[in-house]
Amino acid sequence: MVLAILQGGSQEIGYGALYLYVGLFLLIVVGFVATTLAIARLIAPSRQSSKMKRMNYETGEMTVTDPWRPFPVRYYVFALLFLIFDVEAAFLYPWAVVYRDLGLYGFVEMVIFVLILGIGLAYAWKKGALKWV
Amino acid sequence: MSLDILNQEPFRFLLSVGVILFLVLNLAAVFTMAERKVSAYIQLRYGPNRVGPRGLLQPAADVFKLFTKENLSPGRADIWIFLAAPIAMFIPAALVWLVVPFAPNAVVADLNVAIVFFIAVTSIGALGLIMAGYGSRSSFSLLGALRGAAQMISYEVPLILSLLGVIMLSGSLSLVDVVEAQSGGFWHWYFLPQLPMFVVFYISGLAEARRVPFDLPEGESEIVGGFMVEYSGMTWGLIQAAEFASMGLISAITVTLFLGGWQPPFEFLDLGNFNWIWFGLKTALLVFTFQWIRWSVPRLRMDQLMDLGWKVLVPVCLVWLFVTAGLMLLLPSVF
Repeated sequence: MVLAILQGGSQEIGYGALYLYVGLFLLIVVGFVATTLAIARLIAPSRQSSKMKRMNYETGEMTVTDPWRPFPVRYYVFALLFLIFDVEAAFLYPWAVVYRDLGLYGFVEMVIFVLILGIGLAYAWKKGALKWV
Repeated sequence: MSLDILNQEPFRFLLSVGVILFLVLNLAAVFTMAERKVSAYIQLRYGPNRVGPRGLLQPAADVFKLFTKENLSPGRADIWIFLAAPIAMFIPAALVWLVVPFAPNAVVADLNVAIVFFIAVTSIGALGLIMAGYGSRSSFSLLGALRGAAQMISYEVPLILSLLGVIMLSGSLSLVDVVEAQSGGFWHWYFLPQLPMFVVFYISGLAEARRVPFDLPEGESEIVGGFMVEYSGMTWGLIQAAEFASMGLISAITVTLFLGGWQPPFEFLDLGNFNWIWFGLKTALLVFTFQWIRWSVPRLRMDQLMDLGWKVLVPVCLVWLFVTAGLMLLLPSVF
């Protein structure tokens, strides 16, 4: 029966409605998790709190520094690289969908496009941007 | 018949939402159990076997225990980000199931950009990770979260690129079309013509699900739990549930894209509407390999992790993209 419900088929409903469903489901999931947390808060015991109890867990050591301080620039380099390749993928996806109809022209176009990016990756590699220190 | 009413649109949707939520939560429960049992048998132990017959009620006992545990939060924590993190981590684990085809025609929302939807929603997981680490305002948490962010965005790149071959062969971004293009026996499944891409996707999937050997954000033997070190009680339980559910999700997506989805391995084994059995079997098998790898491979070091992602997986993807495109051009009858 569960299968029959899923098989009702969503073809006949409009496209906007499908995304409305996705949005609705998102709200339902968020609501569900938030409710679980709220119920847990009601059921769970909350015993007397103290300064020691609310301290950070650092395997028994006293916390000496505030972890909210600048972190290494290394992470930003990888974020930038990620951004480049992510945008590349955004261009490649539509190309891949219609590749069968594009033929040789599409192939040459893509070779040029990916080669330029490949050179970029090789440059980053050579410069040591991919090295984690 | 009453079933016809249920097939009408608003009812169908609400019921499928119920089915999906039920599925996700039960998957999480079953996988915690499977994880412990598989781990135990690999290490020649029994694993949980006290609660219920053969220990099968252990997950229920665990949930009950987590509900009755005190929810602690560090005094310095940014409490709203701290509490929103489990929610943000749960969204991708549940939302992507909307576009997964379980059996012929059985899909909640057949989006025609389902693959893009999968990638977009999965990246929310990285956001949840950073929220958990940053909101806790604790050294271990922040270290785990930063590592996790670097790892997840690095492996997002091969994950995205490895799908290009499948998209080119099937000519569609809809998961339903991808599965249908793989009909007619296992030699038509995309893992054969796309073997390097399949391996890359599998490895990146492990990294996205933060499974061993890519569990650096958690790193329980060095940063004692990483981004979730400050969580307790049900907030911790929800993060765990999200992790196990996303492991199942990655397996299901791998099966859909590369292993034929609900398609039977031989045509005479076609079960019609019951083809979800094949889907379930393949997904379970992949989850088992995830658990097997956990006890076979040691955790990677941070620089090894980055090298594997950027210097091995990304070039492999780009090369195989050329190969696929060239072969499709030269041998249009085969591909």
